[in-house]
Amino acid sequence: MERIGVFVCHCGINISSMVDVESIVERVRELDGVVEAKSYKYMCSDRGAQIIKKSIEEKGIDGAVIACCSPRMHEPTFRGVAEDGGMNPFTVEIANIREQCSWAHDSRERSTEKAMKLVMSSVAKARLLEPLERGRTPVIPNALVIGGGIAGIQASLDLANEGFRVYLVEKDPSIGGRMAQLDKTFPTLDCSSCILTPKMMEVYHHPNIDLMTYSEVLSIEGSIGDYRVKVRRKPRYVDVDRCTGCGDCVTACRMRDRIPDEFNMGLSNRSAIYIQFPQAIPLKAVMDSETCLFHRFGKCGDGPLCVEACEAEAIDFEQKEEVAELNVGAIVVATGYDLLDPASLHEYGYSRSKNVITTLELERLISSSGPTKGEVRLPSSGERPRSVTMIMCVGSRDETQCSWCCRIGCMTALKQVILLRENLGEEVEINILYTDIRSFGKGYEEFYRNVRAENTNFFRGRPSEVRIRNEDIRIDIFDTITNKLFEIRTDMVVLVPAVVPRADSGEFARMMNLSRSGDGFLLEAHLKLKPMDTFVNGIFIAGCCQGPKDITDTVAQASGAASRAAGILSKKELENDPLIAVVDADLCSGCRICISLCPYSAIEPVVETMAGEEVVHAEINEVLCQGCGACVAACPSGAINQMGFKDNQILAMIGVLNDCSDAGGLK
Amino acid sequence: MPVTERKLKFAFYWGASCGGCEIAVLDIDEKILDVAAAADILFWPVAVDTKYSDVEAMEDGFIDVCFFNGAIRTSEQEELAHLLRRKSGCLVAFGSCAAMGGIPGLANLANRDKIFETAYLDNPSTSNPGRTLPSKESRVKEGTLTLPEFHDRVRALHQVTDVDYFLPGCPPPTNLILEAVNAVIKGELPPKGSVIAPEKSVCEECRFEKSEKMLTEIRRIYEVEKVEDRCLLEQGIICLGPATRGGCSARCLDAYMPCTGCGGPTPNSMDQGGKMISALASILGLEGEEALPDEEIERLLDGIVDPVGTFYKYGLAAALINRRLEG
Repeated sequence: MERIGVFVCHCGINISSMVDVESIVERVRELDGVVEAKSYKYMCSDRGAQIIKKSIEEKGIDGAVIACCSPRMHEPTFRGVAEDGGMNPFTVEIANIREQCSWAHDSRERSTEKAMKLVMSSVAKARLLEPLERGRTPVIPNALVIGGGIAGIQASLDLANEGFRVYLVEKDPSIGGRMAQLDKTFPTLDCSSCILTPKMMEVYHHPNIDLMTYSEVLSIEGSIGDYRVKVRRKPRYVDVDRCTGCGDCVTACRMRDRIPDEFNMGLSNRSAIYIQFPQAIPLKAVMDSETCLFHRFGKCGDGPLCVEACEAEAIDFEQKEEVAELNVGAIVVATGYDLLDPASLHEYGYSRSKNVITTLELERLISSSGPTKGEVRLPSSGERPRSVTMIMCVGSRDETQCSWCCRIGCMTALKQVILLRENLGEEVEINILYTDIRSFGKGYEEFYRNVRAENTNFFRGRPSEVRIRNEDIRIDIFDTITNKLFEIRTDMVVLVPAVVPRADSGEFARMMNLSRSGDGFLLEAHLKLKPMDTFVNGIFIAGCCQGPKDITDTVAQASGAASRAAGILSKKELENDPLIAVVDADLCSGCRICISLCPYSAIEPVVETMAGEEVVHAEINEVLCQGCGACVAACPSGAINQMGFKDNQILAMIGVLNDCSDAGGLK
Repeated sequence: MPVTERKLKFAFYWGASCGGCEIAVLDIDEKILDVAAAADILFWPVAVDTKYSDVEAMEDGFIDVCFFNGAIRTSEQEELAHLLRRKSGCLVAFGSCAAMGGIPGLANLANRDKIFETAYLDNPSTSNPGRTLPSKESRVKEGTLTLPEFHDRVRALHQVTDVDYFLPGCPPPTNLILEAVNAVIKGELPPKGSVIAPEKSVCEECRFEKSEKMLTEIRRIYEVEKVEDRCLLEQGIICLGPATRGGCSARCLDAYMPCTGCGGPTPNSMDQGGKMISALASILGLEGEEALPDEEIERLLDGIVDPVGTFYKYGLAAALINRRLEG
């Protein structure tokens, strides 16, 4: 810039008490290119803004150096002032003479000297600044929500109620997720289905929600405001427009009661054509082609019984997989969690006895729509258990498995104590083997006290082994409260497994360009301040895909993520900050070092034909780039520049600060 | 008379160098005859018996182009650099040593005393009971013998005198030499200070396929059982290709050897070694780096044997940090 104005702020006495502001004004007036130098008590005030705007108008300044507080405080303010005054906002340079000078020192003379150098170095940079323009991207006002558990349901409803079109993609035949498998929820003992199914119905009937069950996201392209997503819709082999959900086909199926039922955790069997659970949304049958006789062998007796049974004529063996292409402006990922398979902890005997089960299996046993119609029975014999022992932290808080706390195990076990007593009567013996009881949520500690007051045996420690001989189960536990070794004889063991990332979360994260934390859960942009954001702009996360959490936190986070997404969708256009990295295609040789390390996946290799030859060079998507500079530092051939922080601009500053501007070397 | 209308006058000189650059000149094969037809070679210590006094006797600017290879290690080389600068219309820093100090520049990790100690006293195969070291003047009964002074540090040519063009490479590739000579003959020289080589890095010319780079370890070439037909860096082998100016057709890579950086930095790069260190630090242990324990980081870095020799093999003398200072 050729006509630079320098504006030095007193910041009350924050700066002026330690820096001789007027001497700086007098000195910088002499510098090449400086046509205006002024000071004011509060440059960030309205009066300060007037001073700057007047200089733009009367002196025609095209660049400004504001010597004031940290750019973190008022850089946006002064850029705004410059823009208002008709100057390019990106030719404003801040010299931080408060945090990095007056506040840090106690000699007025030397602080003044330092402030002088800082201002002079900023002037040197301002001479080399370039006017930049913000890019604009139109926003597609549609949202994609991936995962139809309670998080995805909540996020979809919030977004749909704000008036945005929502595509809700769920891989299972029905939405509902893990919460649909639960009988009751802690600490209120609400019936899980009773509070979930109304929301599921609302999703189903909402005019703004396109529900895509039995579907999976295949690929994603584009960036914030304009994502193009391909969704694979698996064939149900049932015409959903005709199917009434009566279940006649399920009863008729030759494979009836012969295929382990995933929803009931394998504790009961289903048919090859089935309805996932009685409250399924949509309440439509789905045919599992891997177990259907007609699909496997091309023959099912004299003819498929489902076809015969279906009065609506909804069975359609000819259905094909379809790929839907969606165009959305923002995405909420709510893909949920898995439970650790306790078979990996051999000592707990999960794979050696039918009577060693998990909390989720117990949940199905307790549920009235479960495999035993709500009667808790021993899976081995069908008898009533007289003693149930719950082992907490199975794989959780364990360096060899999962170092983290599952956050729901303690409360789940405590809740199940109440449900077991309701189910089996007061006389059932219940032992709880715990590490620590973590009852941190609202009403949780009170819930724990109630359970503890009842006749439940609490042992603090981790059992060394669950010994199994036929129906006889014995557990050795060293109780660290009483310092005694106990042997427990019990009929049924309930393991509280760790909450782990979805088995396919690595693959999924790669497909979506999302990062994962060390534990494998999806990584948030900032644990405290941006817990729903990811490093990919426009993609938000909610629920247990980000880390273990209970329903309360999941719903809160889902609404938060929906609100973050709505913030984008409600705009017609997005403005892109021009202070980003830019590749000089003439210098880039396509080595691809930058591509792997971009946390925002903003860099792609592009092939161009130059002088008849195909050459590859990197290209940065200006919408995705956040200007972090990682690629600029990494580029080994200096082909990437950071706008507003170009090498020549920084070297000019160093030159002034060091009185040694010749960087030397072979050019 | 314009240079294009008369026979040109060339000079070649060698400073601290290995002689490879001299061979490279001959390596242009029969085209040397074209050069001889277009130019007289006035001074070429390796091939022509011209004395320094003959050069001194020439008018200033008498030589059209001087190709100066080798770094500046001694007072003799420094004197000749100044002399040839004066006598030549155009001075070309020829080869990596003249352009940036080259391999002799690695001696800047030590100083004169250390080098003398190693070379003349501590070397296991040296017997020097009188502890004699080279000195500028030695009195013998016949009179006084003199040697050029051995400087404390090695410098590139441009650190000693004004250089017009740079022709990097160890040695410079034949095609670039021809390009330079032809440019002189035709009088189509680029702006002063130019490097006579393409602007892009070696990767542009490398035939290996490149994909994403996330290194999990660093391996030296002998530790790799079979080098695959893809980017060596991706196989954990440090290759300076991405930080090095091309023009060499990536010949080393054709032979499955990593680039060691003789082409020097790319146009927008101030410090070739620094750029490569920054790039490598960015991609080493990238996967899951948030959770990388310190010991693992140490282990990864231990994979870089001889960092200065790796990243500044040719460029130490002209780098931002270009010598070791004791104290």
